[in-house]
Amino acid sequence: MYEVIAFYLFAALTIAMFTIVVMSKNALYAMSALAGGMIFISGFFFLLDAEFLGVVQIVVYSGAIMALYAFGMMFFDTTRDVSEKMRSKKIAYTLFVLSAALIVIILCAPLASSSVQANFPTVEHVGNVQMIGLVLFTKYLIPFELAAIMLLVAMIAGIVLASKKMDEHLNIEDEELGNVKESR
Amino acid sequence: MFDTAVVIETVVKAVIVVAVIAALAGFATFIERKVLAFMQRRLGPMHVGPYGLLQLAADGIKLFTKEDIIPQNAVKPIFMIAPVIAATTAFVAMAAVPYFPEFTLFGYTIHPIISDINVALLYVMGVASVGIYGPLLAGMSSANKWSLLGAARAVVQMLSFEVVSGLSVLAPIMMIGSLSLIDINDAQTGGIGDWLIWKQPLAFVLFAIAGFMETNRAPFDTVEFEAEIVAGYATEYSGMRWGLFFIGEYANMITISVLVSILFMGGYNAFWFIPGGLMMLLKVSFWIFLFLWVRAAWPHVRPDQLMWVCWKVLMPLSVVNILITGFALL
Repeated sequence: MYEVIAFYLFAALTIAMFTIVVMSKNALYAMSALAGGMIFISGFFFLLDAEFLGVVQIVVYSGAIMALYAFGMMFFDTTRDVSEKMRSKKIAYTLFVLSAALIVIILCAPLASSSVQANFPTVEHVGNVQMIGLVLFTKYLIPFELAAIMLLVAMIAGIVLASKKMDEHLNIEDEELGNVKESR
Repeated sequence: MFDTAVVIETVVKAVIVVAVIAALAGFATFIERKVLAFMQRRLGPMHVGPYGLLQLAADGIKLFTKEDIIPQNAVKPIFMIAPVIAATTAFVAMAAVPYFPEFTLFGYTIHPIISDINVALLYVMGVASVGIYGPLLAGMSSANKWSLLGAARAVVQMLSFEVVSGLSVLAPIMMIGSLSLIDINDAQTGGIGDWLIWKQPLAFVLFAIAGFMETNRAPFDTVEFEAEIVAGYATEYSGMRWGLFFIGEYANMITISVLVSILFMGGYNAFWFIPGGLMMLLKVSFWIFLFLWVRAAWPHVRPDQLMWVCWKVLMPLSVVNILITGFALL
């Protein structure tokens, strides 16, 4: 019974949070609601005994949304409403149709759920982390390594783009200090 | 899966943990003022009660009765909820922390941990890092330049220390092979020689530094540094909302102390004739004292120095540490 109560609580909270994300005109409301929604989703993982995924959900999205906040801080006055200039009716209609289709699919999902079977059923007394590690490094090794290489490429690209002036601020400061000393 | 008895037991434990830790967090503010006073050859609070012990109650009354000011241009709901986020995440993180060895009371075995999940270490660190949303939201919603600077520094600091703390605990986890804090504790049962601090000294130092950054403590308290940005994110706050931030900060200090004690210093195992519970209290007290000692002894660092030390010194060191541990384990 407690599981049912917890499920409906988290479901209602998640939907409410993401509704705020879509409807709100204030960037600060939208981002905070997004962070809250992501953390409430981790509740479902904990209810399904997938603790590792639940914690990863919290860790990854809290860091990712933190970066969003940083962008918001740089580009907007987040305490004011953002006026959106979205006049295109085509986009709105397409999104309406897509979301309607999505709702139909979600509501039909229970029909197919009885025939779904786990590829890697959980084993008694083997932890969550061990199971994920085992699957990740046997069956899904190549996608895993590919993702790792892509992240490495992105990281090196970021460093190259940013590295041109990396040591400059410290040098400038030393020069300024030198100038001050000379002028004395 | 869930029994009513288990639910009641969990609720009771949660209430006890929140009450005790909140009281201890308040008491830690008094200890901090006393320790800092002795290190600076002052007396500290002396007038309210014996040795100023009742200063705590006086501060509490002051905070509760102060006017709750909300600036006119602030984003009100977020401004109001930010301190609550800071305090609750600090307490939620404690759900997976074991404090003492299990004991029997009235013929009923009690495990002093609210929920023994098998990814406890990751959970505690993840939720504690969500706690930085408190200062961030406070700074962004205050409509104040100093607060905004504090929030920007919170983001920068969080993105820097997260990497170091995550990578530094990886090496001990590789040696033990489990993320459960109880397993980590049980791996160090054989006396002081079994403590992980001897096998992983570098990881210990890195994790301790990251812990200081995570709790915004002295050498790294760039988020609220008075000499540079007034009071940082807390500039516009008053009364109990301001107090909640600091209950959260001290509760986080206690969590980090418990985490370091369990990870590297033998946890709640009995030592010679000292029982395990007392040993845990001694270790946590020592760590709290260390936090205060460092605050009295070290100057502040600038935010750019903090990032420099995180990305160019601590992160490569922790990666090298993981590499060496990996080769040693092979």
